[in-house]
Amino acid sequence: MIKFDRVSKRYPNGKDALRRIDFELPAGQLTFLTGHSGAGKSTLLKLIMMIERPTQGQVFMAGQNLNGFSTRQVPFLRRKIGMVHQNHQLLFDRSVFDNVALPLVIAGFAHADIGKRVRAALDKVGLLSKEKLNPIMLSGGEQQRVGIARAVVNKPPLLLADEPTGNLDPALSAEIMDLFHDFARVGVAVLIATHDLSLIARHRHRLLTLREGRLIHDGEDDDHGA
Amino acid sequence: MAPNNPRARRPGGARSIRTSLRDRLTAWRRHHRDSLRDALTRMRAAPSSALMTVLVIAIALALPAGLAVLLDNARVITKGWDGNAHLSVFLEQDVAESRQRQLADEWAGFDTVKRTEVITRAQALDEFKALSGFGEVLEALPDNPLPPLVVVYPDNSAPGRVEALQNRLNALPEVDNAQLDVAWVRRLHAIIELGDRLIGVLTLGLAAAVVLVVVNTIRLAIESRREEIVVVKIVGGTDGFVRRPFLYSGFCFGFAGGMLSLILVGSALWWLGGPIDELLDLYESEHSLTGMSPSTVLVLPLFSGTLGLLGAWLAVSRHLGDIEPHF
Repeated sequence: MIKFDRVSKRYPNGKDALRRIDFELPAGQLTFLTGHSGAGKSTLLKLIMMIERPTQGQVFMAGQNLNGFSTRQVPFLRRKIGMVHQNHQLLFDRSVFDNVALPLVIAGFAHADIGKRVRAALDKVGLLSKEKLNPIMLSGGEQQRVGIARAVVNKPPLLLADEPTGNLDPALSAEIMDLFHDFARVGVAVLIATHDLSLIARHRHRLLTLREGRLIHDGEDDDHGA
Repeated sequence: MAPNNPRARRPGGARSIRTSLRDRLTAWRRHHRDSLRDALTRMRAAPSSALMTVLVIAIALALPAGLAVLLDNARVITKGWDGNAHLSVFLEQDVAESRQRQLADEWAGFDTVKRTEVITRAQALDEFKALSGFGEVLEALPDNPLPPLVVVYPDNSAPGRVEALQNRLNALPEVDNAQLDVAWVRRLHAIIELGDRLIGVLTLGLAAAVVLVVVNTIRLAIESRREEIVVVKIVGGTDGFVRRPFLYSGFCFGFAGGMLSLILVGSALWWLGGPIDELLDLYESEHSLTGMSPSTVLVLPLFSGTLGLLGAWLAVSRHLGDIEPHF
């Protein structure tokens, strides 16, 4: 689903955020991305989201070279990526339903269709009864689940998560991880950036480790039942 | 996501869902409608600051619009005056009344003269007595000091031809003086012309002010909706999608300002209407104050809305690019 081919990123201030990164994320696989802060995790996610462009090398998504995408095409690329944030990035001026519906509204779904899909996504994360609430009334774990529902509501083939369990206790983290497993099981490529080592230890998955912009470890561990 | 859907359970990975062109067109129209509604809702949500913006726009536009109306009126009135320009032809004192009538008939036959009117010395004296209040003084005079007068109404009001007529009459031996008072009318025309240009300059300057006011308002709106813009960009909103609500906002501000400026100008005209009509009466004009033309009423809000749209566009293209997702 995603392929990095000798990708380097140097910021204008001269900092090398990524150096010659090579890896591939197949569909249906859940992968952890770890490393200390500043190791390049954020930059790697930004390259996939096309918030940044690589200085060297190529990023492929579903076989398409992202270098060939114009700025105008970026939004259409992003519609194929579900993004889950540590701070949820929910909008508190509208209901849970409207938060989850946003990607569908943007992509131009028919009105009736939106209702069905939003409810399916909320049902999946167990929040169907809270669709009319403002997300500010929800707990941290629930807010994160709303964020996940929004990320998957238009069934993207790729799901990125940036510290998705950062503020959650282990029980809630486990719930969130179960959701990610479910998505991987139906064929979504899931990439979870985290420095929560206990989380990584509890779930034995492929692990990409970055240090100072280099990929120093790519542990293949297929024993996750995908 | 519906992971239990068997169609999604494919080894090639989940398929992202697609939308038909028709759905997208409908959605596009819906987003326009929603953006307009959103813009209006936000104006209602912060009524005092919205009102300030609208008021500034309204005042900026009411100024040139009001002046233009007054100038239009002045133009219509003076056009009438110009048409009524006439020559007062004073004859020599010793011209007899019969000769006076003969001359008047003769001049009425000129092709540049519409008609003539005879005012004999006796008539002139009576009129003067009645109007001036100097009756007793005039009684004391041994002779009637007033000359015989023929009023000549020219057939057309083009200043050049009237002057030619004036020269022709002045050259006659029995004519003491043929007076034409159009110089001040011409001066007035020049002033109106200047006023026109002035309004042009004023409109340009104040239109720029309207645009800047909207730029600033929209810039603040963008700043306050930063979070939302980031989220919209992350989930794949195009620049157009992000821009649209702000453009509608700008248009609404401009349009509302234009409407309010109509009300301001209308109120001002109503307030001034009485005194102005009185003034016109004093100048014996049949004209009464005319308000804004229907085309102005129609065009002003749209013009103002366009200025708002332009301001919003400038703000959006300047500031929206700065806001990018970060994590």
